[in-house]
Amino acid sequence: MTSKSPEQISEEAKLLIVDYLNKIDDMKPKERTQIPVQEMPAQDPRQRIKNLDEVALGYTIEQARIEAMRCLQCVKQTCVDDCPVKIDIPRFIDHIAHGQMKEASDVIKEASLLPAICGRVCPQETQCQLNCAVGKALKDVDKSVAIGRLERFVADWERATGKVSIPEVKPETGKKVAVVGSGPAGLVVAADCRRQGHHVTVFEAFHKLGGVLRYGIPEFRLPNEIIDKEIETLKLMGVEFKTNFVVGRTRKLTDLMDKDGYNAIFVGTGAGLPMFMGIEGENLVGVFSANEYLTRANLMRAFEKGKADTPIYPSKNVAVLGGGNVAMDAARMAKRLGAEKVYVVYRRTEVEMPARKEEVAHAKEEGIEFYFLQNAKKIIGDEKGRVKAMECLRYELGEPDASGRRRPVVIPNSEFILNVDTVIVAIGNGSNPLISQTTPQLNVNRWGNIIVDETQKTSVDRIFAGGDIVLGAATVILAMGEGRRAAAAINKMLAEEIEKEKAAVN
Amino acid sequence: MNKILFKLQLSKDVYLMRIEAPLIAEERAAGQFIILQVDDEYGERIPLTIADADVTEGSITIIFQVVGKSTFQLSRMNVGNEIPTLVGPLGKPTHIEKFGTVVCVGGGIGVAPLHPIAQALKNAGNHVITIIGARTKDLIILENEMKAIADEFILCTDDGSYGRKSLVTEPLKEICERNPKPNMVIAIGPPIMMKFCAETTRPYEVFTQVSLNTIMVDGTGMCGGCRVNVGKEVKFVCVDGPEFDGHKVDFDNMIARLNSYKEFEKEMHNCYLEKEIQEKEAAR
Repeated sequence: MTSKSPEQISEEAKLLIVDYLNKIDDMKPKERTQIPVQEMPAQDPRQRIKNLDEVALGYTIEQARIEAMRCLQCVKQTCVDDCPVKIDIPRFIDHIAHGQMKEASDVIKEASLLPAICGRVCPQETQCQLNCAVGKALKDVDKSVAIGRLERFVADWERATGKVSIPEVKPETGKKVAVVGSGPAGLVVAADCRRQGHHVTVFEAFHKLGGVLRYGIPEFRLPNEIIDKEIETLKLMGVEFKTNFVVGRTRKLTDLMDKDGYNAIFVGTGAGLPMFMGIEGENLVGVFSANEYLTRANLMRAFEKGKADTPIYPSKNVAVLGGGNVAMDAARMAKRLGAEKVYVVYRRTEVEMPARKEEVAHAKEEGIEFYFLQNAKKIIGDEKGRVKAMECLRYELGEPDASGRRRPVVIPNSEFILNVDTVIVAIGNGSNPLISQTTPQLNVNRWGNIIVDETQKTSVDRIFAGGDIVLGAATVILAMGEGRRAAAAINKMLAEEIEKEKAAVN
Repeated sequence: MNKILFKLQLSKDVYLMRIEAPLIAEERAAGQFIILQVDDEYGERIPLTIADADVTEGSITIIFQVVGKSTFQLSRMNVGNEIPTLVGPLGKPTHIEKFGTVVCVGGGIGVAPLHPIAQALKNAGNHVITIIGARTKDLIILENEMKAIADEFILCTDDGSYGRKSLVTEPLKEICERNPKPNMVIAIGPPIMMKFCAETTRPYEVFTQVSLNTIMVDGTGMCGGCRVNVGKEVKFVCVDGPEFDGHKVDFDNMIARLNSYKEFEKEMHNCYLEKEIQEKEAAR
């Protein structure tokens, strides 16, 4: 995104801020919009393709304050309206501008529990930053106030200064809440229910916590240390975690209530069932779901060759199918694992790509090649059943489809061959069938997503659900929004029960 | 958690372990498997069938063959040690009912997962014929246990060092030629054995169920590494299986996929053994 080194960026900000600090409260909107957009310092692309360290390094304090001063403190707060968890954005940004980081943090925490994560992985350009007045004035959404980067700054500042506050927990109620899945939705439910004094147990199928934050999103985008820290906070609040526990198999969902005495359950098992293209050659050796590829590299640590026992396929030329964040993660991971050529093959154009803009830009800097308006037709194997090439087709954009995006239409006889030895399929996930298979009374739609009402309640009494198992594949922040809603409903239900029990005793 | 309660070497490279796992013991049924890791930082996840379970003791039994680094490390663990990661029961349980005459074919280590299924079939009132085989006498396991269940018992070795000198497919063919032919065959063993069992029974149209042990990471449907072609469909062994109609499984593709990482695995194992030897020598 920038050719400037982190040192350069930092020095420039230090010089700039002196002038702005003198007139911090006296600037007119016009002046504010003329403050230069603060670029995100990043690791040099030539270096970072050899490591797993975080790419975006985060603002310096001067940068954060300058960027915060760009905010116009609008009366009509479109940023808040467009935030799925309704963070009071202008207020926390004003605190940053004035150097009040603790106060800024407190404002964010009123609405969001995991700012260090959201600041890194939210698609801000389609949410809070989409209708920002500054971006509108400058006629460029990329010039909106960098709300996500500021959120990240505050969360990182809090962690670095050791001033992480443990949310207050009310006296024990004696009620038990089971949370199935330790991904973003589950973590939010755990925190919100625990705050009300309920005993909370989080069940995780893997040996490590965090769900998609751990197995899916690579460290170069979201370091494990940050996930660990958030989970540590939950543990300090008294949340119990059980790993290596597959609800549905190790214990039936309903048995958690009938045998183990849980009073409510939240199902946040995610969208863990990779979709494939259904094309010829898709089971050849060298074709992977992005889930498998990323899980091997991230969760199973296959990136650390020589240390990890889990192998990862040795690739020279890799095609990644898809245009979302997962496709970007897989492509960039393949590069870091030593692939010489990595192609992202996407059947629409760059405009329609669902991936965060920053990730696409980072991928390009790292030498990932983008093949737009193309798609795989079949995968070709050698005599040993290993991938040796992929036949592709070219597309053009036609009329808009149901999603509002222009539908890609195949160009007849446009076949061509791409020489690759590895194909990573990143076209989305279906819903994992484990819970519904073993809990037949739970209503699901025809894609297997659990059906819930407006409070996230399922067809089974006391069972709630949220995140990708309800939404299909969505985003971290939407999952957290659903978790928040479910927790509110669970807390309300349990509070009413406690009242009734008290009334019965009296 | 997951403490090793009992360990027994069954043959040169084959070990039996009873491991504390009360919840899994309670929930598991014949045909299901677990996934374990000997190291929860850098270890790999290996799927192993549950050979038996004891609800009173709260334990499960696994039988495994040393084939690489992780199984080698597991074989070095002893009674009292804890297995850091153990998760299950995974996969769908075997469908058990009274089918009539069922032939249970087990090859090598495959006799371990076959045993609880044969037992359940016997309990359901089936006439159970068992055929167990291995390359050589030393690799035969659970002979007495299988004999105790079987209405008819056939043992063969490839080299003739014990029992009948033949592959398991020979007696299987003979049984298929009987009148009446058996109602069902269950074959569990090395992929190549299951492939040829399915080929043997195909002309006789005897339903042949196989239990697949593919590469897996999570074992809960999330990665798709275990996918196999079954007829015209793609199935995930971990959530749709592990048992499938052997006449529909594309074994050649499955075997190729099993060998995806063969070179890596060999290298890891050799490096590990060399390191161990060096360390021992250094200690001297």
